[in-house]
Formats: sequence, C-alpha cells, structure tokens
Amino acid sequence: MYKIAVVGDRDSTLGFKALGLDTVFADSPEEARGAIHRLAAEDCAVIYLTEQLAQSLTPELDRYTNAQRPAIILIPGKAGSLGIGIENINKAVEKAVGSNILKNE
Amino acid sequence: MARLNVNPTRMEQTKLKRRLVTARRGHKLLKDKRDELMRQFLEIVRHNLALRKKVEAALGKAHRSFTIASAVMSPEILEEALMYPKQSVTLALSTKNIMSVNVPVYKFQMKSDDPAEIFPYGFATTSGELDDAVRALSQTLNDLLELAQSEKTAQMLAQEIEKTRRRVNALEYVMIPQLEETIKYIRMKLEENERGNTSRLMKVKDMMLEQAHHYAERESLPLSEAVPI
Repeated sequence: MYKIAVVGDRDSTLGFKALGLDTVFADSPEEARGAIHRLAAEDCAVIYLTEQLAQSLTPELDRYTNAQRPAIILIPGKAGSLGIGIENINKAVEKAVGSNILKNE
Repeated sequence: MARLNVNPTRMEQTKLKRRLVTARRGHKLLKDKRDELMRQFLEIVRHNLALRKKVEAALGKAHRSFTIASAVMSPEILEEALMYPKQSVTLALSTKNIMSVNVPVYKFQMKSDDPAEIFPYGFATTSGELDDAVRALSQTLNDLLELAQSEKTAQMLAQEIEKTRRRVNALEYVMIPQLEETIKYIRMKLEENERGNTSRLMKVKDMMLEQAHHYAERESLPLSEAVPI
C-alpha cells in the first residue's frame, strides 16, 4: 500500500490533511526538495506539489519524471495557478510530437 | 553518407545484406510502434489537459473558501481542527502495459466510506467556510488522482515516443543508407576485380600467343620474305 503526499506551504496543504493525505509543510524550495527526496525514498506513489515551490525545483522534478514512482503532480497553491502544470503538459506534447499541436484547442 | 569500414569480400557482403534486412524490418516495426504510441499519447494528453483545467479550477475554489475560513477563524483553532484527520487514504499501485511502457494505475482506498468522515472536527468552533473548503477538496480528490495517473502516463509516453522516434530516424537516415552504400561499394569493388581479372587474362593470352608465334618479328620482315604461318 502506498501513500499520497502533499507538499506545500501551510495554508495550501492544511485542507488536504482533513482528507487523510500525508501533508508536509515546506515554506522554502530547500525544505520541499528534502521532503520530496524523503517521500520518494519512502513508499509514496503520488506527491502533489504546489506550483509556487515547483518553479525553483525543476531539476529535481526532471529526475522523477521518468521514474515510475513517485508521480510528482503540480497543483496550484493558495495564491492561484502559475500555469506551470499546463506548461508541463505542453512541453510533453512538444517533446513527443515535435511541435505543440494542441495549442489551438 | 559514409560507408562502413569493411573488407570488400563476398562474405562481408552477405553479412551486410542480412543486417540490412534486419534493419529494414526493425525500422518498420519501430515506425508502427511510434505511430501507435502517438495515437495513445494524444488521447491521454487531451484528457489530461481537460482534467487539469478542471482540477485547477476546483482547487482554486477550495483555496478561496479556505482563505476566508482562515480569516474568520484564529490560526490555532484552524490548525487544531484539521490536525488529526479521521479519514485516511491509501493507494494501490498496479501497472498497465501500453506498447511496452509500464504506466501506473492508481486505485485509492478510503478508510471509511462515510462522507461525513472528512470533517475531523466538531462544528462548534469552526466556520462554515472551512466545511466548504474541505468538502470541495474531497470532491476533487477523485479527479486529482486521475490527474496524477494520466499526467504520469503522458510523461512516460512522451519519453518513450521521443526514444522511439530517435531510433526510427537513426535507422532510416543513418543505418540503412550506410548499409546500402557499403553493399553497393562491395559489389562495385567485386565487379571491378572481375573486370581486372578478365583483362589480365586477355593480356596473358596475347603474351602467350606472341611467345608461340612471334607475330612482332614476322611483321617487321618485308613481305617477300614472309613465311606462311
């Protein structure tokens, strides 16, 4: 059995705690980096990370992109979406197809 | 296109021809794999995009309620209310094979099915906005998990497509032309040797005839002294 974790600042993640997800408070990218590595080493299959923290952790996230576990999924923090999640999907399309064919949809 | 550095022998040629056949078959298979991966990928990524927009909107709404709740309530009470969840979620992970890419399939299990279990607090000290926030979050949980699955799948497929495309291109634009070129080179070389051999034989024949009959000497004699052959 695997766990689902949420990493982000206090206000963005507190709500998930009520649902029974594992929450890790991280206010700085450094804390988040440590938390992600620790969670990945433990039995954590899905990590939700706020975009605010993710924007300065790109190399770390790339490391886990091709691993089967964990899946690091970006979610908007309390300050709203930064569009990084959508951007990542577009990047994946670009990587696979060569150009972004979904841009106009 | 550079040809391979091999000896121009018939044995090498046979070997290369066999390699060319394998390369062509591999190229065809990989091309089919790439096309099928692409089809699956586009399907998933479209779904992924729609799902992400939906989840982001839902989370935005939940965060708004939560912000109001945290403004109305003191941070201590808010924290106290949420600190010890009644509900817990575990995840079962299995894999699905899409064109030999093992993508994850998540199946989550709530500890209890009672929808009221998501509220780990008594309602006396908390505000209604907090209930809204928690309920909104719990409603998105399903979508969130589906998002995780489809996003991871999309990432892994994108990676595989890129890899396959490189292989297809390497075969199509490097391996196969190189093999063809080398085979042609060997064939030319062998033919050239063959021609060289023929002309050498003709030359030798001429020399041998010359030795036997002394044509050159005879031609230099005046016609009257010529001896009939």
